[in-house]
Amino acid sequence: MHQSEFSKGLRAGLSIGIGYFPVALTFGLLAKTGGLSLLEATAMSIFVFAGAAQYISLSLLAHAVDPFMIVVNTFIVNIRHFLMSASLNEKMHTAPKPVKAAVAFGVTDETFSVIATSKEDKVTSARAFGVIAVAYGSWVGFTAAGHLIGDILPPFLQAAMSIALYALFVALLVPSMKGSRKIVLLAAASAILSCIFYYTELLSTGWSILVSTLIAAIVIELLYVKTGRSPVPPLEKEGI
Amino acid sequence: MGATYWWMLFGMALVTYLPRMIPLTFLDGRKLPPFVTGVLGNIPYAVLGALIFPAIFYVQEGNILFGVIGAVSAFGIALLGFGLMPVVLGTIGILAVYSLFL
Repeated sequence: MHQSEFSKGLRAGLSIGIGYFPVALTFGLLAKTGGLSLLEATAMSIFVFAGAAQYISLSLLAHAVDPFMIVVNTFIVNIRHFLMSASLNEKMHTAPKPVKAAVAFGVTDETFSVIATSKEDKVTSARAFGVIAVAYGSWVGFTAAGHLIGDILPPFLQAAMSIALYALFVALLVPSMKGSRKIVLLAAASAILSCIFYYTELLSTGWSILVSTLIAAIVIELLYVKTGRSPVPPLEKEGI
Repeated sequence: MGATYWWMLFGMALVTYLPRMIPLTFLDGRKLPPFVTGVLGNIPYAVLGALIFPAIFYVQEGNILFGVIGAVSAFGIALLGFGLMPVVLGTIGILAVYSLFL
């Protein structure tokens, strides 16, 4: 039972494992280019396991940003997983706290999407572990591979692969935009704010992403609550 | 990098893990205020918007056209209804061809 649930998870996670290949490989390669050792680069994938935050940390390291600010930025970029984790809690069978705590380590945008959208009402921890195992193995393995053999790839392919993370973001965003005007507004508002902060040089990359995201998420939520178009129920007395 | 790097890594690991772990482990059955839930629900899409723009244009230093072609390709393939993999690999493919014949 447990084993078959785990293998179902492995199969469900395969698309993530394949999808992480170019992103992790590029991360390993860029980390090497940025002066990180094989151990330092692979350790980040082993302990942090967060694509966007890891990429941003590379770019911030290259710009000699204070390491404390990189940690703050990592927190800001990954705080969204709080909600995903809360939502996942509803989707999963109850399990002992240590088991849940172990599953939580593997919550990324991609593993969350796959687990939360499975046809079953409730998902077992074994299934979740299967999905996470493939994703994590691919992420860590191809980070190391990218650092070791990434520069064997021809330069034109290395250049092309630098787009992988952003293509991944686009691929995650576009299907959701199609179904929701609110999501289009959210993405457009934060993108415009982020561009304004970039071109006016008002804020550094880390703060720009934080401030753009928070302003867009809060203002558009207020707008939707006020105009009564929000799918979220109106404010209760004890809320906020 | 040295010790500073490892302290940073420890901090990154901690602040990544805690938001993933706390709700799944400790918030069982508790409900957040609807407005907070709404804002948190908005954050993934807002984050993606801010992460993609303007950074996607500057993927290759000094060559904005490269980034623009990448952005148009990714959005184009995604808008046609293709999934994660075809969008990522297709965009890489288009830029590989562009880089090869540059």
